[in-house]
Parts: sequence; structure tokens; C-alpha cells
Amino acid sequence: MAIKTQPVTVNLGPQHPSTHGVFRMRVMFDGEEIVDVEPVFGYLHRGSEKLAEERTYTQIVTLTDRMDYVSSMLNNQAYILAVEKLAGIEPSPRGVWLRMIASELQRIASHLVATGFLLQDLGALGTPLIYAMRERENILDLFEMLCGARITNSYLRPGGVFMDAPAEFWPALDRGLDDIVNTIDELETYLSGNEIVFSRTKGTAVLPPELLINASVTGPMLRASGVDWDLRHRAPYDYYDKISFERKLHTASDNYARYWVRVQEARESVKIIRQCIEQIEPGEVRPSFDDVPRLIRPPAGDAYAAIEGSKGELGFYLVSDGGIAPYRMHVRASSLINLTLLRDMLIGGQFGDLFVTFGSVDLNMGEVDR
Amino acid sequence: MIGLGLPRGFVVTLKNFIRPPVTEQYPDRHVGLLGAAKEAGMNPFQFLVKKPADSLKAIAGLATVPVAVKQSARFRGNEFTYFEDRCTACASCAKYCPLGIIEIVSVPGKIDAQEGESYKLEVFDIDIGRCMFCGLCVEACPYDALHMGTNFERSKYVRDELVISKEELFDAPKRPSAFYRPQFEENNFDPFKETIEDFHDAGRHEKKTYDELKKKWVDER
Repeated sequence: MAIKTQPVTVNLGPQHPSTHGVFRMRVMFDGEEIVDVEPVFGYLHRGSEKLAEERTYTQIVTLTDRMDYVSSMLNNQAYILAVEKLAGIEPSPRGVWLRMIASELQRIASHLVATGFLLQDLGALGTPLIYAMRERENILDLFEMLCGARITNSYLRPGGVFMDAPAEFWPALDRGLDDIVNTIDELETYLSGNEIVFSRTKGTAVLPPELLINASVTGPMLRASGVDWDLRHRAPYDYYDKISFERKLHTASDNYARYWVRVQEARESVKIIRQCIEQIEPGEVRPSFDDVPRLIRPPAGDAYAAIEGSKGELGFYLVSDGGIAPYRMHVRASSLINLTLLRDMLIGGQFGDLFVTFGSVDLNMGEVDR
Repeated sequence: MIGLGLPRGFVVTLKNFIRPPVTEQYPDRHVGLLGAAKEAGMNPFQFLVKKPADSLKAIAGLATVPVAVKQSARFRGNEFTYFEDRCTACASCAKYCPLGIIEIVSVPGKIDAQEGESYKLEVFDIDIGRCMFCGLCVEACPYDALHMGTNFERSKYVRDELVISKEELFDAPKRPSAFYRPQFEENNFDPFKETIEDFHDAGRHEKKTYDELKKKWVDER
């Protein structure tokens, strides 16, 4: 006999620990099944794009740190690439290598956080998260050596980075890379074969690749559906054309595939950093102030530059009117765009899978709301 | 491999269970009798005899010693280091600050026949409560007068006390961070152990030769 149930609307968030920030969902349940989802966001809106209109091009670097606060270096890199395109700046080779190393380290840190919190949402309270965060801590220590800050780095400047890496950075980086590989091995040993993880993540929230492409979803979510789309390979920026790396693809497009792609990408990032260390050459880390002054006045025009961020295509669109500050700045925030398929992922699913699916998007509210 | 996943996972957690902890204790660390004696600079027997009360405390596990936090030399902390003799009140730092929290007021000072006109600094306030420690002011300083500090323990109960005034900048211990100051790294200056007393030691540039100056100011014009 079927039990009659009545739809119940539940408000989740904005201060729920599993919503990865201040995200709010109005979810309608019919028993255990999700009938309707209405996302509500904007609680962390700080107006970064508007604030950028009254700051000089170098000062905006500090704003980009605070957008996606678990991948600050990648935000810096995307913004700086847009400025260099806009102002026609030729970057210094060593600065480019350094910022590639920094951004790949940041990608590993971001994927570790994503993996840790995904498992936290699965109900593995503490243990996997602590293992992932322990390794991220080492990466943040490396950032502190490089630029003096752990999260709000502001390390990049138009044309390179502000300061060369200290002498103790390189041995620490070598040790850190070995540790990262060990940690990923460890994570994989007890997660990639774990039956509980299988039963909870395999076959849930499956998204067809056509739908992902139509919604312009990018990053690990897209690669988990078998679409070979990586900007580092498709439209190489910086020196990624001198680097060889594998693009890890999974075809299942479920929650497990997204987790798997992130872990494998972290491994590839380690290989990329090793190649960067081999190819880096001595020299200046930024052009002289005669070539690139502190107060840049790009010619009137616009530029769009995008990188493969940790969550997808991260792009900055800058419009200049010839002044010292941009006329308009727009950010293509990958987290926000990846969130557009939330309804397709959740509706029809079970209550228990809600936060797991939500965590597999790997969104960051700082970037969604900006 | 279905069936072996869980046991293999438990092996990993067991390995992590027996490894030494990575948690850093802050601000104090609990020490036993040996640690407390070492902190006091004597051997445990001396410590037992001379300080019985402290020894009992240490044996009961109540004795603590402060811990130095692991920081790198480039750490961007507060308690800015400022060298008055290097500053020309050019206000580059105030212009470069993204938030506009540095306030500088300068008045014309004495006129020296040797050094020309000089300025007297009346106000130099940094509103730490709104500062985000991006370091752009330090990067902008052309004479290495302003440096990032290394301290980070500066919590206050009143918001007004978060403004670093000129006097406080003068009196603060001179422990500059190596952020954007490669000369400190070259000299192996350790801000956590030593301070800089003489403002000459904080300089960045080697003095330019006459030819270099001539090239820059005459030939390239």
C-alpha cells in the first residue's frame, strides 16, 4: 500500500555548514524525493566589479583575491592576463613561470578542498577533510614563503610577479610535491575503492554532456562527462604550450566522476609544476618600471582573457576608456555558471544526495556572489 | 576491487592514527617536568628541589610554555616598521593604498643649504582596522621608509585603538618583514630574532654612480 505524502517546503541555509558558504535553497520534498529547488544567493555580494571601477589596475589585484578565496592565485592570473592583453604588456619569462607554478599549486589546493568537503557532505565527518586540509596547509606555507600571505596573496603584477621566490622555496617545493603525491595516493587508497563512496556517489545526479555544453558549464564538471575541454590545452595561455600534460576524462558524469576527475587533475598539476621547475630560467620577474609603470593607462578598448580555473573557465572582461581605472570589469565566474544546472541535478533525487550533489559542483560563494 | 576497499581504507586511517600530530599549539604548549625544567634552564632534579610548586604543576600537566609561531620572513603582518629618517613625506604610500586608509599631513619645514627644502610630517595614521595587508604601500615607497611588520597579535577592544599613529610608528620595534625588500633576504636578516636600529641598514639601493645618473637624466632625455 502506498503511503500518501504531502509536499513539504524546507529552507536550507543560508548559514548551513554544508552549503559551502552563505547559499540558500528552498527545497520542496515529497517524502524523501526532491520535487522542486529554488536557489537563492547574493548574501555575499560585495560589488567587486563596481569597486574595480574606482581602483587602478594594480590595486584591483587585491579585489580578485577575495572572489574565489580558495583559489586566489588563479583569480590573480586570469585578471593579470586580461590586463596584459588590454595594455599590450610583454611579461617577463621568469615571472610567467613563477605564476604558473603558483597557480598550479593553488589548483591542487582547491581540488583538495573540494574533495575534502565532498566527503564531509557524504557524512565522513572530519577524517578525509582533515587529511585534505593538512596537505593544503603545506601549500599555503609555500605561498607564505613566496608572497607573505596565505590566502589573499596578491602575488601577481602586470608583467609577472612582484618578487622572486626566496632561496628556501625551491627545496620546500620539491618536498611539498612529494608530500602532495603521497597525500593523493592516500586519499585514493581509501576513497577511490571505497564501497560506501561507490554506493553513495555512483549513478547519482547524472548530467548528459549535451546539457552541460548548452548550459556552458566548464571545468571538472564538463570533463567528468567525457568532453575534452581544457583551456590550458585548447587555448594555451602563459607557457602552457611548452608543457605536456594529460587531460583526464571520465564518461559517467555522476558525482563519483567529478570527484575522480578532480583527484586526477591534482596529480597532473604536480607533473606540470615539475616541468615548470625544469624549464624556469633566471632573469627578472617583472618588466622594469620604465616599461610597465605602476600606474598603467591602457589605450581605450576592451579585452577578455580566460584561464582554466579550478572550477572552470575563469574569465575577466575589461573595458578601458584610456584612464587609470577600468571603465567596466566583468568576471565570468565559473562557480555561478556551474550552478545553473542545480535543478536538473537535484530534482528527482533523494534527500540524502542533496548535499553530496551540491558539493560535487565545487562552488565557492565568494565567486558566485562576488 | 569490491570487498577490499573498506579494509584498505582502515589501514590508511590506522597509519594516520599512529603518526605524530601535525597540529601546532598556540599560544601555549603543555609541557611535562622535563620541558618545564628545560624552559627554566636547569636540570630536572635541580628544578624539583628549587621549585617544588612548579614541579608539581608540571607533573600534573598544567605547566605551559609560550610557542613561537612558524612564520616566513616575508610574512605581511601589522605593526608597520617605519624609519623617520628615510621618509620624505612624498605620500606615495597613501596614493597607492587601494582603500585610502593612510593619512599623511606634511608642512614645509626648514630649508637647508645642503639638502634643500625639507618637509615636516605632522600626521601619519594607518587605519589597521580596515587594512588588508596587501603590501602595496610598502611596494610604492621609493626610499624604503615603510616596511611591513612581522607581528600579528594586535587585537584591541576599541576600534579607535586600531589606528596606528605617528608616535606609535616611531616607537614600534623595528622588525621589518622581507616583503618586497630583497636586501633583507640578501643580508640574511631574521626579523624574529633581531631588530634594525640604524636606518642606513634598511636601505635598498646601492648608491648610483655619477655615470648612471647622467645616463638616466641627461642622455636619455
